Amino acid sequence: MQMHEKLIFEHSRPGRGATDQWPRGDLDSATADLPAQLRRTTRPVLPEVSELDVVRHFTRLSRLNFSIDTHFYPLGSCTMKYNPKACNQYAMLPEFLGRHPLAPETHGQGFLACLYELQEMLQEVTGMQGVALSPMAGAHGEFAGVAMIRAYHRSRGDLARNEIIVPEAAHGTNPATATMCGCGVREVPVDSEGDVDLEALRAAVGPQTAGIMLTNPSTLGVFERRIEEVARIVHAAGGLLYYDGANLNAILGKVRPGDMGFDVIHMNLHKTFSTPHGGGGPGAGAVGVGARLLPFIPIPVVGKQGEHYRWLTEADLPQSIGRLSGFMGNAGVLLRAYIYMRMLGREGMSQVGEYATLNANYLMAQLSKAGFDAAYPSRRASHEFIITLKRQARELEVTAMDFAKRLLDHGFHAPTTYFPLLVPECLLIEPTETESKETLDAFVSAMAQILSEASQEPERVTSAPHTMPVRRLDDVRAAKQLDLTWKPTAQQ
Amino acid sequence: MAFIPHTPADVEAMLAAIGAHSIEQLFEEIPASLRIQSLRGVPTALNEMEIGRLMSERARRDGRPLSFIGAGAYEHHIPAAVWALTTRGEFYSAYTPYQAEASQGTLQLIYEYQTMIAGLTGMEVSNASLYDGASAVAEASLMAVRANRKSKSLRILVPTTVNPTYAKVAAAVAGNQGLRFEEVASLCWETGSIVTAALAKYDGQDIAAIVLQQPNFFGRLEDVDAITNWAHARGILVIAVVNPTSLALLKPPGQWGNRGADIVVGEGQPLGVPLASGGPYFGFMTTRMEFVRQMPGRIVGRTVDVTGRPGFTLTLQAREQHIRRAKATSNICTNQGLLVTAATIYMSLMGAAGLEKVAAESHARTRDLVTALTRLNGVRQAFEGPYFHEAVLLLDRPVALVLAALGERGILGGLDLSKAYPELGNALLVCATETKTQADIDAYARALAQVLSNDTAAASRSGTAAERAA
Amino acid sequence: MSSVPADLQYTRSHEWLRKLPDGTVEIGITDHAQDALGDLVFVEVPEAGRSVTSGEGCAVVESVKAASDVYSPIGGTVVAGNSRLVSEPEAVNKDPYGSGWLMRVRPNGALPAEELLSPGEYEQFLAKEAG
Repeated sequence: MQMHEKLIFEHSRPGRGATDQWPRGDLDSATADLPAQLRRTTRPVLPEVSELDVVRHFTRLSRLNFSIDTHFYPLGSCTMKYNPKACNQYAMLPEFLGRHPLAPETHGQGFLACLYELQEMLQEVTGMQGVALSPMAGAHGEFAGVAMIRAYHRSRGDLARNEIIVPEAAHGTNPATATMCGCGVREVPVDSEGDVDLEALRAAVGPQTAGIMLTNPSTLGVFERRIEEVARIVHAAGGLLYYDGANLNAILGKVRPGDMGFDVIHMNLHKTFSTPHGGGGPGAGAVGVGARLLPFIPIPVVGKQGEHYRWLTEADLPQSIGRLSGFMGNAGVLLRAYIYMRMLGREGMSQVGEYATLNANYLMAQLSKAGFDAAYPSRRASHEFIITLKRQARELEVTAMDFAKRLLDHGFHAPTTYFPLLVPECLLIEPTETESKETLDAFVSAMAQILSEASQEPERVTSAPHTMPVRRLDDVRAAKQLDLTWKPTAQQ
Repeated sequence: MAFIPHTPADVEAMLAAIGAHSIEQLFEEIPASLRIQSLRGVPTALNEMEIGRLMSERARRDGRPLSFIGAGAYEHHIPAAVWALTTRGEFYSAYTPYQAEASQGTLQLIYEYQTMIAGLTGMEVSNASLYDGASAVAEASLMAVRANRKSKSLRILVPTTVNPTYAKVAAAVAGNQGLRFEEVASLCWETGSIVTAALAKYDGQDIAAIVLQQPNFFGRLEDVDAITNWAHARGILVIAVVNPTSLALLKPPGQWGNRGADIVVGEGQPLGVPLASGGPYFGFMTTRMEFVRQMPGRIVGRTVDVTGRPGFTLTLQAREQHIRRAKATSNICTNQGLLVTAATIYMSLMGAAGLEKVAAESHARTRDLVTALTRLNGVRQAFEGPYFHEAVLLLDRPVALVLAALGERGILGGLDLSKAYPELGNALLVCATETKTQADIDAYARALAQVLSNDTAAASRSGTAAERAA
Repeated sequence: MSSVPADLQYTRSHEWLRKLPDGTVEIGITDHAQDALGDLVFVEVPEAGRSVTSGEGCAVVESVKAASDVYSPIGGTVVAGNSRLVSEPEAVNKDPYGSGWLMRVRPNGALPAEELLSPGEYEQFLAKEAG
């Protein structure tokens, strides 16, 4: 693997630039009317490099990354499935790319048709009554969901309902979101089989309950079997059910959150619907709602009158929780999700759930045979599962982190580590449906090799990775001696 | 169909290894009452050729009109290299850089981005980006409340010259945590900028922060030094909202007033991100080191590995949602990685000199546009005084009809302001960037002349509010 | 086995208290707590003059893996925060009961005896938590 690349600033030479990209025109006459006291007096520090410098630099940087296009990436809860090139190509047609967000509806019927149909398809796969596409990430969609729940209770004069229930295994965004919405958080335990403890839940609900946030299958990789009972308990107490759609890939085409009793859901289009992860974003956190929450849905939403599409805004949805983005959300991401869903069609959607589950169960079975401990061995895996390295940590003093780092040397991105917090020394593994049996077998083989190495030569594992562009990084120093921007040295 | 590689032989072997007789059996834990048989409401699958044809048809339908709309999203030339590099699989399909050793490309890129954007805004430190400019204002407000030790206030002042959508989004996002966004009626009808005297009524009150946009929503230039000093003298933090292209020419917020703005945010779209009907874009946020721990979102830091080699990693994560849970600075879990990649490549290609030229030419083209259009009867400027790359024109008749007629001629003439700002009258916000040629501007002027002469109904003359008040 | 000095009192949220001769109370986090957090990268202590109530979060200790609130076990007024920790947060790791003290508080009234643990009780509490 290529090992190192200088900073772009270190490639700079005074006076160099990609001048073919610059507009013509005389600077002084163009800016003569700008008041002097509002003018910049020193140039910002930006690179002075040629176009070839730029292309080489960023191409080389890209080669320091693992990605789905290059490596198996079994990150639990992230759904790292293949991002079809067609989604990118057709979302980036010049007419879509060049359209201003405030262009009139008359000049966007094609675009709006795609979004409207996306809303409809997402409604269908989730069993909900309405869909809004504007939240720009999963966490943003979560915010919208909890905000709608709160708005619903307030609209009914139910001002005391300010508490959100969260299972102790929940992802950190859930309680953070509750707080952002001005709600308190109450955690309920899960039992040894991974299901929410119903007794504890019954004790936790009351007149203060705004709702419960759940993922199903849960973050433990197993299906919440008594979900209908959970729904009954919470609804009976006057609360609503929120579905965190992070794990929708497991049940796509097989089960619908609306049918499970959920009142609102957020979907991660960058997970289940294969839009690009992009090194950390952009995502899209579309939300779906049942009838109760329809009036509160965030705007804008695409509506249809006859054959004409238009935006529904404040005037159409006066009780909406409002606008969550400057324009209408991550339009380009939505187009990619639309293309993906059209390519899958109804036949493909069901296959997603089936093959994601097949791959996960196969991987779990093979890893068990290779000597690893599944956290919930009596349960079927959903689209992901947890193995715990608690035993190896105790017996061999090799941790989940060490395994993760050694996997990199084998050419696999590590699974999710140390989440959920409930399971010690855990790896949360999600292969997704687009991986072949050969890839899974190669992964099992690598894990088995590392296990064997952990008893023969543990030092190799605990000091991994060895073949990456960098070895283990000093996180403490990164947080204590903050170096967050490059600064020119005296020589430069 | 679903990009699934499995052959029947694969499935058989895998089921045997699991000890199940069918894939359906793997779903046995799910109550039968919940199982669906098929998704009737979803259309049947299309292959790639078919979806390609469908999307091309729809794109053709939308076409490519000549657009003179700004209002927070700006059309600039994007060099071909930007998206050729950004859509490389290693950037496009990489995950968040949590395993730093496998993500040095993304991490180093973000470090370079943080450096560039901090420098452009005249501040000391940047995060790895937020969703967009509007939500960045919301996050900045929450941050200002956390960071303003001298104030217990949850009040944020928002002058009427700030993009109205930003105020709406900030309220929708941060209102639930008790923040109150107060609109400050401060518009000077002559200049279209803030009347500093209108701020005097807040003297002695406990305010957490003021939002100050430069150029403002109307393209006018504010007296940022005076307003920044006014705020700081009263313990009020300044949240600057800026257009990144403009910062190539205009004084950056880090140099506003005596101390500089406290938090800087804005919409990063002009830096190499296509208009694309509104997203994905990215919001940038920069600040001083003293506030770094209050800043939401991801941050990349440089450190060393165990052999002493320099490397990059996410840092200060203890503030983030996945660790602090209910006490997090925000629930934000994303940065707009792909867009930051594009922006960093764009800024590298343009450099300071290129960005200056883009800003200057955009300003010059807007000036040319204003000149050409105000030559027509029935069109005049709403405001006097300095502006940058956007302007408000007043028409002698309702804007909506004019825009519709222009639209029929393939020209998107600007943004109708009359509903959001009825006091202005028949107001139209126009913008031209370096992408517009003189021929384009002439085409607009010709079309507008036609539209104005075609409409024989007597236009109700509406002056500026100042004229009416006089 | 973490260290639990015999001359201090403890809380269930892993703070320790030391009564100083001038009547103020010195407060910090225990050896067990600093070990669980890992190397501290940042510490935030309250300003002198701030009043605190029993159970109120008044300081923050941050490591790479976690940021934790520190709760004042008593009500009173802060007379000093350990400003050395701004540049040397690792003092909490190296010397949690000495130079790693977080703050000194002048108590409002008597110390809440029911909430505080003796060294033996705190050790038992740790043993039970370890499970």
